[in-house]
Amino acid sequence: MIPVHLPVLQIVVPLLSAPLVALIGSRKLSYWIALIVSISAFAMSADLLLAVLSSGPISYALGGWAAPWGIEYRIDMLNGFVLLVVSGMGAFTMMFARQSVAAEIPDRHQALFYACYLLCLTGLLGVTITGDLFNVFVFLEISSLSSYVLISLGKDRRALTAAYNYLILGTIGATFIVISIGLLYMVTGTLNMADMAKLLPDLRGNSVVLAGFAFFIVGVSLKLALFPLHIWLPNAYTYAPSVVTIFLAATATKVSIYVLLRFVFSVFGTDFSFNVVPLGEILMGLAIAGMFIASTAAIFQDNAKRMLAYSSVAQVGYIILGISLATPEGVGAGILHLFNHAIIKGGLFMALACVFFRTGSVMISDMRGLGHSMPWTMAAFVAGGLSIIGVPLTAGFISKWYLISAAFDLGLWWVGLLILLSSLLAVIYIWRIVETAYFNVSDEGTVEKLVDQEAPLSMLLTLWALVALNVWFGIDTSLTADIANAIGVYLTGGGA
Amino acid sequence: MTAELSMTLAILLPLIGGGIILAVGRSPNLREAVTIVTSLLLFADIFWLAQSGVVGSNPTMTWAEPIQGLTIAFTLEPLGLLFAIIASTLWVLTSLYSIGYMRANKELKQTRFYTCFAVAISATMGIALAGNLLTLFIFYEALTISTYPLVTHKGTLEARNAGRIYLGILIGTSISFLLFAIIWTWNIAGTLDFVKGGILEGHIEGPFVGLLLGMYVFGIGKAALMPVHRWLPAAMVAPTPVSALLHAVAVVKAGVFSVLKIAVYIFGVGFLADTGVSIWLAYVAAATILIASIIAMTKDNLKARLAYSTISQLSYVILGAMLATGIGVIGSGMHIAMHAVGKITLFFCAGAIYTALHKTEISDMDGIGRLMPWTMGAFFIGALSIIGLPPLGGAWSKWYLALGAAEADQLILIAVLMISSLLNVAYLLPIPARAFFLPLKDEPSLENLDGVAAPKVTRREAPLIMVIPLCLTALGCLFLFAYAGAIYDLLAPLAG
Repeated sequence: MIPVHLPVLQIVVPLLSAPLVALIGSRKLSYWIALIVSISAFAMSADLLLAVLSSGPISYALGGWAAPWGIEYRIDMLNGFVLLVVSGMGAFTMMFARQSVAAEIPDRHQALFYACYLLCLTGLLGVTITGDLFNVFVFLEISSLSSYVLISLGKDRRALTAAYNYLILGTIGATFIVISIGLLYMVTGTLNMADMAKLLPDLRGNSVVLAGFAFFIVGVSLKLALFPLHIWLPNAYTYAPSVVTIFLAATATKVSIYVLLRFVFSVFGTDFSFNVVPLGEILMGLAIAGMFIASTAAIFQDNAKRMLAYSSVAQVGYIILGISLATPEGVGAGILHLFNHAIIKGGLFMALACVFFRTGSVMISDMRGLGHSMPWTMAAFVAGGLSIIGVPLTAGFISKWYLISAAFDLGLWWVGLLILLSSLLAVIYIWRIVETAYFNVSDEGTVEKLVDQEAPLSMLLTLWALVALNVWFGIDTSLTADIANAIGVYLTGGGA
Repeated sequence: MTAELSMTLAILLPLIGGGIILAVGRSPNLREAVTIVTSLLLFADIFWLAQSGVVGSNPTMTWAEPIQGLTIAFTLEPLGLLFAIIASTLWVLTSLYSIGYMRANKELKQTRFYTCFAVAISATMGIALAGNLLTLFIFYEALTISTYPLVTHKGTLEARNAGRIYLGILIGTSISFLLFAIIWTWNIAGTLDFVKGGILEGHIEGPFVGLLLGMYVFGIGKAALMPVHRWLPAAMVAPTPVSALLHAVAVVKAGVFSVLKIAVYIFGVGFLADTGVSIWLAYVAAATILIASIIAMTKDNLKARLAYSTISQLSYVILGAMLATGIGVIGSGMHIAMHAVGKITLFFCAGAIYTALHKTEISDMDGIGRLMPWTMGAFFIGALSIIGLPPLGGAWSKWYLALGAAEADQLILIAVLMISSLLNVAYLLPIPARAFFLPLKDEPSLENLDGVAAPKVTRREAPLIMVIPLCLTALGCLFLFAYAGAIYDLLAPLAG
């Protein structure tokens, strides 16, 4: 049994800690508050997920006002799982963050930085936990606005333009979403997702509903960086402070994917979404295009962060591909990769954060010989890279296996082949960094002077904890794959 | 000591040894001692496993279940035991040889060398003992990754580029073809276990059988079937001990071993014979045998010639497997052993010649028999074994392969085997012949290893610690001739 108010505490604790941090204004204290809040948020998410797994969905009426008039927080297996991912990566990021933030963010802004981070965390958790459609929009905006601020705090001057670009595009996406919510509210008279799911089947032929559906899909696709609506992502990830990139890469797109899942499967149902609207074909086509084009773009990048950003677009493609199959196995595989990718990408960006902390650069050409001067950091990078490629005994392999298996189950062997071929592109872009780091000889034949400076122990410990998780979830998948597959069955089988 | 413990030790001993080597890397003598002790312990472990006779009961053990319905499991069966015996025995000899080679040539980064070597042996043991395709694939990829630092050991531009070809071909084929074939098999058969008689009968028919088989054989790039053979000559840039064990014995043998295992335990000899789909691959193997031999004749670099000879000899094993006859399978298994011992002798000699006289081109090797009688004598014996003449072991494996071809009514392939033997004579025998019967090419710079010029032409072998292993392996070729019967008895159950 969980404490009655745990669902709302999951939101209230980070939400209230944000202005607290801003008011206190102390650099050191704000870090520790952020860390404690992140860890307690993770503990709450774990508790909620365990409760859901043992006794079914939890429903909480905010302020005691019953749904559908009041706002309802509804936690089932899907968002319990996603809550875990978001809060877990938040906790890991904070465990890593202290020295990185101290080095990259000006002193006078650090308290505000942590305040914005806490707001972002609140927003992401709120999107995930709520059962009310407009509430989704509100929290989505909270998380987006705070992430624009976080990105703009990057050292590079281009961080400002990257944040601005993301602001414009993100607002367009959010506007599409709110237009959709308006249209659907107009027709159904409710904002509660469970309630709407009951009312929608009667409104099948209604063109307003179709318009609302379309607006929402486009809006959320922009938020989750589905090709070709991914334009904001590379710059945003590249120029943001290292810690921000770690956090956003692991959580922002995942939460938007969750919103897509909830909308498509729980609110509208598989039948409408995939039979009436050809969503499966559209998503599959765009996902595959994203996988190849983004992976190819990654190969030609000189900035390691930008390379990983394009890699993220490709990986989102894999997740959407799984979802587009609309079978329990396919959706399960997509959700599994949602979890695994958060850990993998978080780890990779953490390694780059260590590199930036010591060398001040994330350009691949500046990484010559890093394998010898920062052996632990680069070893962690290689481990993450192998997981992106999909080498066995890593989490990435498990995702790929389930994804290809799901495609085969539908007879779509060519999809399986495409997934494998795009993995080869990952080999190329990951190996570029491996070669540069471990081979001292540049093409001109000079040997770089090696500076022996490994990253600080606290950063390395968190980094290697993520690497260990990566390997763990490549061998023991009972937490990840079993739950993901159960969610797949649940989503495709029934409604909300 | 139970069978399961023995199998677990077989995989863990080299891994733990590798870890200790990494830790004590700063003291070379201690590090070398760890290598030797680990190799002796592994040899003892496999020896116990062999003489205990448990192979008849096929002991199994399971480690984990990463994917629902698929385990990381190990099974001891005759082929795997033979492979394990060969690899563990030759590791002892190669350890001694490498110590001599690395020190005499004052190679850098020796700790990394010995560590990766041990990890690679562990992966080889994993492949030998694999009980299903997933386990095989896991250790197959682990072998590729762990041998990459060995292939690129020298760290030069040439090494880096060779590493790209090596990794590119091996990972490219294993992800696009092998993994695809494995998931396809999983999808249609519902299991990936190695079962006598195969698991595919009844689940697949028509041209798909040939297609699947082709995907397996070309997907196993380590078997070096043309056209996925280019990695082998590229890998010759590695130090000779690497070439000797890994590319004459472990890596390439893992490849053909996997092909043979899949032919026998996934498809089943009977199923292949009935459908007749494997014959086209037998002809591809035959073409590889001949073409590689012809290319070998054109190579002046000794290691390059031996590399193409290996490609040719590996296709003997593939040929035997694709003939789909019981006796052919036995011939293939036997050839894995015979070729390993013969080829490692030749590579050891090549390394000894380089170490003692700094010669790599065959045209420079006139008359060196006078300087290195033991080495060239061993070379002669190894060459005879590869050619397939009694009283050397290679004669037996060729004999059984020819019988297999006869039983499959493929008389052309018997002719291919005979022609290939003639070609082997053409590219192998001139080397010892010229060494013994022609005068020395020029007065070589006969400095001692200490840099002092010697007064006149005098016998000058490589260090004893290198010469003893190569003499022992040459004796091994003779020994195997006498004891081929034991190998036959071991493999007889496969023919059923």
